[in-house]
Amino acid sequence: MPTIIIDEQEVEFQPGETIIQAARHHGIEIPHFCWHPELSVPGNCRICLVEVDKMPKLVIACSTIASEGMVVHTKSEKTIDAQNAVMEFILINHPLDCPICDEAGECKLQDYAYNYSVGESRFIEEKNRKQKHVELGPRVMFDGERCISCSRCIRFCDEIAKKPELTFVQRGDRVTITTYPGQPMVNPYSMNTIDICPVGALTNIDFRFKARVWDMSSTKSICTGCSRGCNIDIWVRNNEILRLTPRYNEQVNSYWMCDDGRLNTFKYVNADDRVDSPQIRGEGQLRKVEWEEAFDETVSRIKSFSKDEIAFVGSAHATCEDNYIFAKFARSVIGCGNIDFVQHIDPEFGDDILRVNDVAPNAMGAKLTGVSPSKSGLDIDGIKKAIREGKVKALYILEDDIITEDPQFENIITKLDLLVVHSTNHNKTTALADIIFPASAYAEKNGTFVNINKIVQRIRPAITTVDTDRALDGMEMSRLDKFGTEFDRWATGVKVDAKASWKILVSLSGLFDHKMKFNMAEEVFADMAKNIDAFKGLNYDDVGDSGVKLNYQFIEQKVKA
Amino acid sequence: MEKKAAKIRKKDLTFLQKIYIPEIMKGLALTFRNMIRPKFTFEYPEEKFIPSGSYRGRPVLVEEKNGEERCVACGLCSRVCPALAIDVQAAETEREKERYPEKFEIDMLRCIFCGFCEEVCPEEAIVMSKDYELAFSSREEAIYGKDKLLVPVDQLQDRIDFLRQYK
Ligand code: SF4
Ligand code: SF4
Ligand code: SF4
Ligand code: SF4
Repeated sequence: MPTIIIDEQEVEFQPGETIIQAARHHGIEIPHFCWHPELSVPGNCRICLVEVDKMPKLVIACSTIASEGMVVHTKSEKTIDAQNAVMEFILINHPLDCPICDEAGECKLQDYAYNYSVGESRFIEEKNRKQKHVELGPRVMFDGERCISCSRCIRFCDEIAKKPELTFVQRGDRVTITTYPGQPMVNPYSMNTIDICPVGALTNIDFRFKARVWDMSSTKSICTGCSRGCNIDIWVRNNEILRLTPRYNEQVNSYWMCDDGRLNTFKYVNADDRVDSPQIRGEGQLRKVEWEEAFDETVSRIKSFSKDEIAFVGSAHATCEDNYIFAKFARSVIGCGNIDFVQHIDPEFGDDILRVNDVAPNAMGAKLTGVSPSKSGLDIDGIKKAIREGKVKALYILEDDIITEDPQFENIITKLDLLVVHSTNHNKTTALADIIFPASAYAEKNGTFVNINKIVQRIRPAITTVDTDRALDGMEMSRLDKFGTEFDRWATGVKVDAKASWKILVSLSGLFDHKMKFNMAEEVFADMAKNIDAFKGLNYDDVGDSGVKLNYQFIEQKVKA
Repeated sequence: MEKKAAKIRKKDLTFLQKIYIPEIMKGLALTFRNMIRPKFTFEYPEEKFIPSGSYRGRPVLVEEKNGEERCVACGLCSRVCPALAIDVQAAETEREKERYPEKFEIDMLRCIFCGFCEEVCPEEAIVMSKDYELAFSSREEAIYGKDKLLVPVDQLQDRIDFLRQYK
């Protein structure tokens, strides 16, 4: 491979790569505002100027193609002078807004002012005033003064979201960003512009002023909005999720996520309608009970049915671990083969960017882990029919609001003698349940999802329940989490009394003859890796932060079966 | 253990020193002088000590003449506070500065009166007052909200003038 020399270090590059790309692939940072690895190269911010031997002037590293034998200096006196001059120029009209700016703490301009500028300005005139409080669309707020005209947002809309909704207007120091008259920015990926805007010119209306970034912890997880499984970070302060941001994963979502996933998949976790203790229905009313009582009641009532009178509905919203233990519970503990799950398909949702029509995160995982009927068992339609005919009298549902998904269930469920439901929140299905177990939400437990492309990915607990402990369970901790005590209002956020579904099922199995022994999600996964071909030999470390592609062939067979 | 014999230090005292009387007179003179001097103790709490502008009493929020707080809820004081005493929650406002503290609480059991919050504040919105009278009978009472923290700017002029000397 051809090589160039950057700062006396010999660096290999692919023909056609630019200097900034070659440097980046070898861990050498060249500052950049307008350049983004997934967008076209406009070369307008000039902060990436570098000195190259035998070139008369400094060149911009983002658009200069590397060529054999080039000698590049990113730390020479000339380069440093240029960086300082560009910073001074950009800061001429930049307001001193950091105290009221949501970007502070994760702002490229702040970071570069610290790293690449001597911090002195010769500008004594009045700074420009521009419009500060402009809603570009329902989800994105624009501040004209903070904008450094890098055009990343415009290029994102044009090139990634394929909706050219933004443009520059005016010239010189009056240049600003706008949408076309009467046409707000509404594309389903609009909020990615907030992440890529190097400054606080674009901010998240939903998250605006909710917290400073340095007060939150961030936990690597997976979006549950559809079966693309975009990689995300969950941002938490005082045990409350405040925002989700996309996390880079080349094979799944690149740097992006959709607005729907970003806004609509976390609020239920901190909502008031969480199921916050086991509940049993007596004389028509739900009553909160202790875990032990709920376990005993469930076991004694299930035992009163023959195994053909029971059916199990797994969940495409639950993790592989939950579904695996659920299937094991149905088959080995109860001895029942009537097990299936409900697909969540929204034909309107998908597009050709990220979103897919299967709007549950783990349909593939549910199938793989055995949530499908045994040879003589009933599938979901069979279960419906059997309930209607009175053949199935007890139904056990894992984390799925099947009535909202499939309204046909509403009438037939009333025919049941027993309905046991695991649920995170109260919904139409729990409204008819006889026994409800509070299930941990995806942000409260460890587990795995298998996405539409058969990539198994991990979720991790970001907020604590009564059952978990931030420090002891190795969860991400902010400064406030580390030093807060039980007397600090800012460290005593609500904890729901919920457990991961697999844990609830393991406890239940202890009251039958077939006791399951698992203490951690990792052990469940290890058992899956032993018994399911697709997961053979895998463990949580292999899955890691960016997932592992499962054996393709095997899944195809399994789905058909 | 064997005890070492203490060394005896010999002093060459003059005769006058040996008889002590002049020294006693000197001591008494000091005592009498102070007896007739003005007092510098106070009959607290009937009488109050009013410290100078350099005093660091409990931190308070500056309330402008129009009744609004100066604070923009940037959270820098909360970040710099070594004792984690300050809890700020920002919210949106129509005012020009866009944000204000919806909640501002200082846990006076945590505060160590270091004055870092005052030093870091970009708005001169939190200053150390002259108030040193802090007594509570429960943890709850020790958490001061905006109701107790906001103090009109007129009452804080001393401190603000003091701070401006060093800007
Ligand atoms: S964009 Fe960055 S530098 Fe500008 S005000 Fe916001 S935080 Fe400060
Ligand atoms: S709004 Fe942000 S991303 Fe768009 S041009 Fe301005 S600085 Fe760049
Ligand atoms: S495309 Fe799907 S997984 Fe990705 S952010 Fe949107 S809803 Fe979430
Ligand atoms: S530093 Fe000043 S402006 Fe910022 S939150 Fe504290 S008191 Fe308010």
